[in-house]
Parts: sequence; structure tokens; C-alpha cells
Amino acid sequence: MVANIITKLFTSYGLVGAIGIVALIMFIAYSIADAIGQKRMGSAFAIIIGLILAYIAGKYTGGEKGLSDIKLFAGLGLLGGGMLRDYAIISTAYGVKLENLKKAGLVGVISLLVGVAFSFVVGAIVAVALGFKNPVDITTIGAGAVTFIVGPVTGSALGASSEVIALSIAAGVVKSVLTMIITPIIAPVIGLNNPTAAMVYGGLLGTTSGVAGGLAATDPKLVPYGAMTATFYTGLGTLLVPSVGFLIIRAIFG
Amino acid sequence: MEIYGLGIIAFCMFAGTFIGNLLGELLGVKGDVGGVGIAMLFLVLISNYLEAKGKPFPEKTAKGIEFVSSLYIPIVVAMSSIQNVVAAFSGGAVAFLAGGLATIGSMLLIPLISKIGTTQESKK
Repeated sequence: MVANIITKLFTSYGLVGAIGIVALIMFIAYSIADAIGQKRMGSAFAIIIGLILAYIAGKYTGGEKGLSDIKLFAGLGLLGGGMLRDYAIISTAYGVKLENLKKAGLVGVISLLVGVAFSFVVGAIVAVALGFKNPVDITTIGAGAVTFIVGPVTGSALGASSEVIALSIAAGVVKSVLTMIITPIIAPVIGLNNPTAAMVYGGLLGTTSGVAGGLAATDPKLVPYGAMTATFYTGLGTLLVPSVGFLIIRAIFG
Repeated sequence: MEIYGLGIIAFCMFAGTFIGNLLGELLGVKGDVGGVGIAMLFLVLISNYLEAKGKPFPEKTAKGIEFVSSLYIPIVVAMSSIQNVVAAFSGGAVAFLAGGLATIGSMLLIPLISKIGTTQESKK
């Protein structure tokens, strides 16, 4: 009887249930991050927990849509679906100042363009080297190497399969986590100790959580400079990769 | 009102993805081409234009937009929990190599591009 009522609650209040579940995941993730003294890694941990749960659910149900294939958690399909995702991503553009773009100047623009192009090309080369032949798949994985947002946005725009989209998110998560871990270690070697280098760093790496986390662990004074350019990265990626990037890949492998 | 902020994002989203889809049709690409990016550009242009005119969004409108943007990471977490990770793991090397090489390569490019920045400064 109790189980029936609970099932009924989760199915009729699907979206609310999903919000509660995500809040719980975030709470656990940030608690772990806090416990190991890496507060900035909270979001990366939360995403990893999400992916692990999706993996477990996938093994359990044999379905393709992770946790949302379990009836109780179907609301996650709405909360994490394309509609709300794109809506939230667009909102992050608020607060970006045109004059900040100008202030970051030529070097910021160069680092942004080089950064998006470089990560995309590296990701695409890896995809081709490991046997992907479909231009949509190659573009989506390349997009994932840009950020874990550009990957799924590109993948769903081009109609890639959920497997490939998951790969692209995984590639983006690897980038975000690695950026947070490596940055403080590699900073002295690459001269990451002044505002200009921090702006270039934000423009080249682009993963907002990775950049904020990495810079905070290196020198908190550099965070705004890196974040300033990094804010533009995902937007530029979502603009260029599914359009110009895909056309180039399709011309080569189409 | 906060709902105005939510509405402004909705407007940008529809305008941006409309153009993205139009572009897709014109380019012969299936679906939406950069619609989200164009929508972001609209939001930047609108908010900057209003600020330049000395009439920025009212506090409550801005709060509405900030509310949605604060949901971005939780939505990404929900998104990660509905992916086909089982299938992704059969090709796990792709994700690790693509993400890893892109990260390390990008970091090694930093001194190179910083140099362009400093020579540009010293020329001034």
C-alpha cells in the first residue's frame, strides 16, 4: 500500500520528484567535494554521480535513457531534457558585457577561436582514430572535447544517437575534471601567473567549472580574468561547431 | 516581475532557434544550426543595449534570469543521469582520449598565445 502511494507520487509529480533527486545528488556531491577540500569540484562530482546512476540504471533496465527509464524517475527526462537544458544555457549569457569582450581584446578573441577549434579538431581526430566514420558522430565527439554542453547541443541538433551524445558528455566531463586537477600543477610551467595568461587560459580551456576550479586552486586573483573569456567559449562553441564544424567534417568524411 | 526575466529568455530562445532552424534549412543541414548560440547573443545584445541606454532590466526581471541560470548545473546533472552511459562505456577510450588530449594540448598552447598578447602590449 505504502509502495503504491509512493509510486503514484513519483509518477504524478514527476518533475518535482526529479528536482528533489537532483538536489539530493548535488548535496551529496558538494559534501564529498567539501570533505576533500575541493569545493569547486562539486559540480563535476555531481555530474559524475549522475553518469554513474545512469550507468547502473542502464544495466538494470537495459534501456537507453538512464535513470528516466525507471518509472519512479521518469521526471528526470523532462528536467534533463533538451528544452530546459537549452533554456538554462541561454540564461547564462546574461551578465556577459560587450565591453568585456572588447577589454579581453584581440588576444582573448584569438584564444577563444583557437581554443574551440583546437579542442574540436583533437576530439574529432581521436574519434576518427578510434573508428568512428559517420560525420555526425565525429562532429559530436569533437564537440564534446569542446565542453560537455557543446557536445549534447551539437549531438541533438545533428540527430546523433544517445550513445554518442553520452560519449561527448563524458569527454567534456573528462576535460572539466582534468582541468581542475592539472591547472595548479602545470601553472608554473605554462606561465599562468598574470591576468593576460589567465584570459588566454579561460579562452583556450573554456570549461567554465574547470576554469573557475583550476584558477581558484592556482591563484584566486586570476579567477575573474579566466572566467571572463571562458563565459564566451560555450556560446561560441554552440554557434560554430554544429554549423561550420559540421560542414567541414561532412566535407571531409561525408 | 520575475516572470518577465523568464519570458525574455523564452523570447531569445524562440528567436534564436527560429534563425538556427532557418539557417539549417538554408544550409541543407538537418535541424538547428547554432540556435542556442544565437539566442545567447540576443540576450547579450538586448541587456547591453538597455544598459547603454541607462535603462537596465529591473531588479526583479534580472532575478528571474539569474534564477534560470542558477539551474544550469542541476539541469546538466539531470541530463547526465538520463544518458546511455552503458553504451558510452563500451567506447570509453574515446571520451578519455578526446577530453584528455584536448585539455593537455590547450594548456600547452597558453604560453604561445600569451606571447602574442604581450608583444601586442609592448607595441602600444
